[in-house]
Amino acid sequence: MRHELLLVLIAVILLVVEIILPVGRKQRIILPAILLFAAVTVIGFIPGPTGSLFGGMYATSPLTELMKNILNVGALIVLIQSVDWLKKPENSEKVSEFFILIISTLIGMQYMISSGHFMMFYLGLELASLPIAALAAYERFKEKSAEAGVKFLFISALSSGILLYGLSMIYGTLGTLYFEEVGAAITGTPLQVLAFIFFFAGMAFKISLVPFHLWTADVYEGAPVNVSSYLSVISKGAAVFIFTILLYTVFAKMALLWRDVIYIIAIITMTLGNLFAMRQQNLKRFLAFSSISQAGFILLGIIGQSQLGMTTMIYFVMIYIFSNLAAFGVVSIISNRTGKENISDYDGLYRTNPNLSLTMMLALFSLAGIPPVAGFFGKFFLFTAAASQGLFILVLIAVLNTIISLYYYLLVVKAMFLNKSDQPIPYFKSDGYSRLGLVICLAGIAIIGFASPLYEMIRQLSIGIY
Amino acid sequence: MNILLLFIIIPILTIVGILLSKEQKQTRVISAVGMGLQLVTAGVLIFLFLAERAAGNTAEMLFTSNWIWYESLNIHFSLGVDGISVAMIGLTSIVIFAGIFASWELDDLPKEFFTSLILLVSGVFGFFISTDLFTMFLFYELAVIPMYLLIGIWGSGPREYSAMKLTLMLMGGSALIIPGLLGLYFNSNPAGGPFTFELLEVAKANIPIEAQRLFFPMLFVGFGVLGALFPFHTWSPDGHASAPTAVSMLHAGVLMKLGGYGCFRVAVFLLPAAAHEMAWIFLILTTISVIYGAFGALWQKDLKYINAYSSVSHCGMVLFAILMFNQTAMNGAVMQMISHGLMTALFFALIGMIYGRTHTRYINEMGGLMKVLPFLAVAYVIAGLASLGLPGFSGFVAEMTIFVGAFQHPDTFHRILTIIACASIVVTAVYILRVIGILLLGKIKKPEYELLTDAKWHERLSTGVLIVAITAIGLAPLWLSEMINNGLGPIIQKLMMAGPIN
Repeated sequence: MRHELLLVLIAVILLVVEIILPVGRKQRIILPAILLFAAVTVIGFIPGPTGSLFGGMYATSPLTELMKNILNVGALIVLIQSVDWLKKPENSEKVSEFFILIISTLIGMQYMISSGHFMMFYLGLELASLPIAALAAYERFKEKSAEAGVKFLFISALSSGILLYGLSMIYGTLGTLYFEEVGAAITGTPLQVLAFIFFFAGMAFKISLVPFHLWTADVYEGAPVNVSSYLSVISKGAAVFIFTILLYTVFAKMALLWRDVIYIIAIITMTLGNLFAMRQQNLKRFLAFSSISQAGFILLGIIGQSQLGMTTMIYFVMIYIFSNLAAFGVVSIISNRTGKENISDYDGLYRTNPNLSLTMMLALFSLAGIPPVAGFFGKFFLFTAAASQGLFILVLIAVLNTIISLYYYLLVVKAMFLNKSDQPIPYFKSDGYSRLGLVICLAGIAIIGFASPLYEMIRQLSIGIY
Repeated sequence: MNILLLFIIIPILTIVGILLSKEQKQTRVISAVGMGLQLVTAGVLIFLFLAERAAGNTAEMLFTSNWIWYESLNIHFSLGVDGISVAMIGLTSIVIFAGIFASWELDDLPKEFFTSLILLVSGVFGFFISTDLFTMFLFYELAVIPMYLLIGIWGSGPREYSAMKLTLMLMGGSALIIPGLLGLYFNSNPAGGPFTFELLEVAKANIPIEAQRLFFPMLFVGFGVLGALFPFHTWSPDGHASAPTAVSMLHAGVLMKLGGYGCFRVAVFLLPAAAHEMAWIFLILTTISVIYGAFGALWQKDLKYINAYSSVSHCGMVLFAILMFNQTAMNGAVMQMISHGLMTALFFALIGMIYGRTHTRYINEMGGLMKVLPFLAVAYVIAGLASLGLPGFSGFVAEMTIFVGAFQHPDTFHRILTIIACASIVVTAVYILRVIGILLLGKIKKPEYELLTDAKWHERLSTGVLIVAITAIGLAPLWLSEMINNGLGPIIQKLMMAGPIN
């Protein structure tokens, strides 16, 4: 409960301070807010009591605590990366809104992960989605941003509806919504299968799995870069976490069914995500499709269906957070300074801004899964998890997909390092916050792969769930 | 401390030094010192290895160390070398040392160039010293990033296309290797107990034949792509032609051998039963490689393309010999890896130096270079003669061993293939002598060539090191062949358990 309460506390403090602060000085809230959030993130790592509350509606375990900590760290990086953008004059009056909205989505995600009852789960899910619509429309003077907000709102309403329909069927067949009771009583009758399909579709919208991915690219493109990055890592990460937990506990008895579903969806998601990513010119759309295909890879870990699967999934999500945030960080810095977001604008970037280019390159190679950066370990272990179930064909298809993904990641590397441009993006010095954000990400990318104790720790914690 | 660790530590320190250096002169001196140290270490390693063997240590791997890395997955960071890997480490050290001097005057982003080059080579060293399949593959993949940048930034001709093609095709190879390795892993302990990536442990397991049939082709083709196995060789001509000199040297000289070594150490050694069953398919493919490469070289007019096709032919011979499953031929295969590595590195170094002077690589546009560039020309002739297998050079020893071994196979099919592959020697002689004739002899074609200057000290050093190594192996091959035989023992034994050996 500690995580959520602390976050609520910050949100309230920020709200009060927002009221007190005079107009024109709202930006002063940035540093204290980040420091507060950093403090909360650190406190989250102190092991605390675990157990269940409200008659089993809410439960924590070391594993869920770990997931929350991962999300906190990711959100902290996003906040640090957003400072440069928040300091723009047009955003000066809305700074604390940004923080409050982000923090409330985070509260929603953490409730969702800790839920022990579908009602609670749904509550968290909605709290995690709705503020994002507001965030996506944050730059409301831009048409695309407003469009992204509306699109996201409709899509999340639609997906929640589908999900709720599935849940209602579960309630109809079993008369309970407690995870433990559902998990014990579920047998896989036709109606429950239908319920599962609806539930799956609803979650697939949130994780943006093909064929429920159509909103992703538009929303990412329209929303401010930092919101897109939040959406692509934290939001997706939280949804994947709870999705895996539910599959492994509540729907454990229907494993034979969901294994096949995930098998097929994983292949389609990876392949289509990759094929679309190849054609993108706008980097935000590009990263959107790349994140779709990454979601497909995550399914490989889930299909591992064991402690190994859980461990590799969390480990990969962690690496993915750092890699994707590094990539989005660079895009955000350059977009803030120059307004340029196309791959061709990056021509010759290395000659003018070597550090940014190197960061971007390492992030992309990490996403592609090339050593020595962490992505290699993440991907390899995901493949191990899938192979442990004997699904070598799936692994082969996934690995072939990494080649396609390497191709389009290399296109960006090529633009930065190989191409020459008459008008490259000129040299500029990025501000301290952005650099701090990138340094944290780079440290993560460089270290996590080699840090086997981290992997072993996650593994220890995932015992409880499976 | 384990001496093998030096092969990772020295490159890393060198890279740190390069990153701290201020200008081109410092950068190249640091690289040269680092790789010089590496060469010395390799010499010491060979000496220690031979001393240890002479003292009667018959363990399969020497200088072993083992650290647990990912405990629950049973992934270790374990080191160890046998005769074959020691030989390959020696080859790598020589080629990279020569490569540094061959790119002595590179002035476009030198820091980045040498960093990438040394990162590349540290991957190669890591590959040869690890005995855990996961770590091995990690080092193998390490080549991807630097390779793309090296060809893409400092290459010539259609460099972007070639870099992309090479990277993606080699990744395609890795795409087959990953499921193959996982297949080995999950079959490494059929009796229960933890799975393992440890090479020697996997070798002890009896992998069921169905699994072998599935994973052998994956692993063999996967590594074969890097070893330029027909029809997956197409990256090689483009890639080698576009790459800058030192990278062509290193790539053709060493990285292609990674493919051969992997086929041999992982695919054939660990999955012997399937290897016996399927050898015929790959024998046909490698024979095609050998012949096709040789004829391809005959057709080309660009010096680098000629040499790239000739590499396809020679590396095809390595895989060909491996699949003969016989001690002599396999010994020849390893010899050929080393000999071809040195030869082709010499070729690419010389081509780079000639190109740097004449600014063309088309043989028709050059002629009579012997008169103006006597040192480079003589070195080129030596490389050519070594390549066509003249006694006294390493090429002869290697090819002789391969064909003697291969012909010992009593089966008609194998003998016919051997005869066909043998024919490539003649074709090789044709294209080598043709190039020498056009390029070096005759009249000087353009007046400006009269003014060319001969090799500078660093170029002499670079080529000299390689020539010394080639002749040393050619004149005294026995110690090397002993060392290799030593490493082959367990592999042959394992193959024998799975089927007849000739």
